[in-house]
Amino acid sequence: MKFSRKVIIPNELGLHARSAAKIAQLAEEARSNVFIVKDGQEANATSILDVMALYCPCGTEVLVKIADPGDLEVLNRIVGLIEIGFGES
Amino acid sequence: MSDTTAKHAVKSGALNVSLQGIAGSPGITIGKAYLVEQEDVDVVEKRFVDPESVPGEVRRFKEAVKKAQEQLQGVIEEVPEELRDHAYILHAHMMILKDRMIYDGTSGYIENENVNAEWALKMAVDDVKSIFKKMPDPYFRDRASDIGHVSKIILENLLGTGHSNISDIDKRVIIVAHDLSPAETTQIQLEKVKAFLTDLGGQTSHTGIIARSLEIPAVLGLGNATQLIKTDDLIIVDGSAGVVILDPDEETLTRYQERKDLFAEYQAMITRSSRLPAETTDGFHLRITANIGVLEEVVSVIDHGGDGIGLYRTEFLYLNRSTPPSEQELFDNYRDVAEIMAPRMVTIRTLDIGGDKFASGLQLAEEMNPALGLRAIRFSLQSPEIFETQLRAILRAANLGNVRIMFPMISEVDEIVQARHMLKQAGESLEKAGIPFRADIEVGAMIEVPSAVIMADILAKEVDFFSIGTNDLIQYSLAIDRVNKHVAHLYQPLHPAVLRMVHRVVEAAREAGIRVHMCGEMAGDPVNLPVLLGMELDAVSMNPISIPVIKRMVRILSLKESKLFLEEALKQSTAADVVKLVQDTYGSSFPRAAFFPPNLT
Repeated sequence: MKFSRKVIIPNELGLHARSAAKIAQLAEEARSNVFIVKDGQEANATSILDVMALYCPCGTEVLVKIADPGDLEVLNRIVGLIEIGFGES
Repeated sequence: MSDTTAKHAVKSGALNVSLQGIAGSPGITIGKAYLVEQEDVDVVEKRFVDPESVPGEVRRFKEAVKKAQEQLQGVIEEVPEELRDHAYILHAHMMILKDRMIYDGTSGYIENENVNAEWALKMAVDDVKSIFKKMPDPYFRDRASDIGHVSKIILENLLGTGHSNISDIDKRVIIVAHDLSPAETTQIQLEKVKAFLTDLGGQTSHTGIIARSLEIPAVLGLGNATQLIKTDDLIIVDGSAGVVILDPDEETLTRYQERKDLFAEYQAMITRSSRLPAETTDGFHLRITANIGVLEEVVSVIDHGGDGIGLYRTEFLYLNRSTPPSEQELFDNYRDVAEIMAPRMVTIRTLDIGGDKFASGLQLAEEMNPALGLRAIRFSLQSPEIFETQLRAILRAANLGNVRIMFPMISEVDEIVQARHMLKQAGESLEKAGIPFRADIEVGAMIEVPSAVIMADILAKEVDFFSIGTNDLIQYSLAIDRVNKHVAHLYQPLHPAVLRMVHRVVEAAREAGIRVHMCGEMAGDPVNLPVLLGMELDAVSMNPISIPVIKRMVRILSLKESKLFLEEALKQSTAADVVKLVQDTYGSSFPRAAFFPPNLT
């Protein structure tokens, strides 16, 4: 069982306010902590400032990580959201 | 109304009104004015709260956040259907409100440092902003303003005010104010400022110092600029000449635009050569050091080719707080300066509170005549706890860099003896506690009171160096208050009385075999350089921005000629005679040639 998944930020603006807010909304639904990890630095996914402070422009590889296996659904939805570029055109 | 009249005037028969003030910081800028009303600036005060009041303070913060959420929710609901897509930024603001970096960060500061909610919020917000401001991408950097916006809503709920203020400016403007206190200046987003204009103040006022360190033009002491200039007026600021032009016509605008470009080119040219040593044509090496007032200025010192710091004013950390800073806080600050500058020398001046400075935290009695009152070394000797804390911090920092200490406003030898005694005691207390420090730190006296000039031979036996503080020395010698605009024109660094005093101090230092430096504004003005060079000072210290110009001037002068020139200057009767002598000897465009390319003077 994997508790983390790698994903590349595909949208032009990167992890900015709007995309970070969308991630935070999903992460709020988790029972335990969800993290976005870049180069070993962890940001709490519920904090949009924390996530933005990671500084992830387009093309950055990040790891989405959950603490509780019960949050696998949330993990997959966040990765899915990133993969479709947050629905931005 | 004001807006339309101003625009109309530019089109037909502009008035080209010219105001003369004091040149506070060089450079030329053209832009829109922003008039700062005194009540525009929200001054965030730091207060300590009793441990038992901490939960209440946290609650007060949380209620302010809750209220801000309701306010934002109201705004979001009012957004019309067709603009819903743009409302995402408001949703993001909503999330920032409860974001743990701000929410938990502020609560953490209240609980851990026992400070009021407003200050804790400012600290937490500054932490987050500093992360964003360092990012390479401008989009991310700009997010700092979202955080600022959100924190402002919370702050206004805490303070119970709702008016617009200076942090709302969204374009780069020329700040026009009656006067700006250090506390007010810290509230301004300095990156939005193109220039400063003030009714009050002179070269050495806080606004002038800040403007020079940021390298933006400033004209001070304009008298009634706030009555003549309205927000959004188009104005020209020439900080080098101390001139402001209101309501300029097309021709004037074009002329100043050209001057502005030439000035920028010229600045870039002399700055490129600023790393070279300041050596005269006959091989004399004058050390050019910098005066700074805040840690952040060290970057400017290094960029402008400073050979060290000749004066670190330490008052800033004591301003606008209710209790003096701790030894650790001071040590951290001094260590940073020492480490960044190493191996170059850093001269730390002990507390010089008084005069035009103000420390709300230190309970100073009201005085009729603060310049002649309880200030500087007098204050320190009467406040042994505050003084010892600072001495210990300096001794500790001296262990980590090339640090020297100097005492301000020495007017008699007893003050040096007492101060040295306390320095020794501070060292002994550190020794006892096993804290590393440097015992054999060099000790200097500032020579800025006429009695110290007369007694310089006696004082020289007690110290390792002299530093001549010309701002106060001129003020005390000529009995001129340099901020009083009615007499400010009589404040003349080249007055023969001043030259003779400086000369006397230099001779006393030579006699005793100690080094002698100068750290007043006088040292940074090229017109004074020939006489100062002739004195053979070991170093001159000035605002970082003046360094490239002075270095360039030193390279075209010779020591031998300067010595002959000094002999002549010392024989003159008036300041005007000395200025004339400078111009006759070095050419009429001499001082201005240093600031402008030849085709502009």
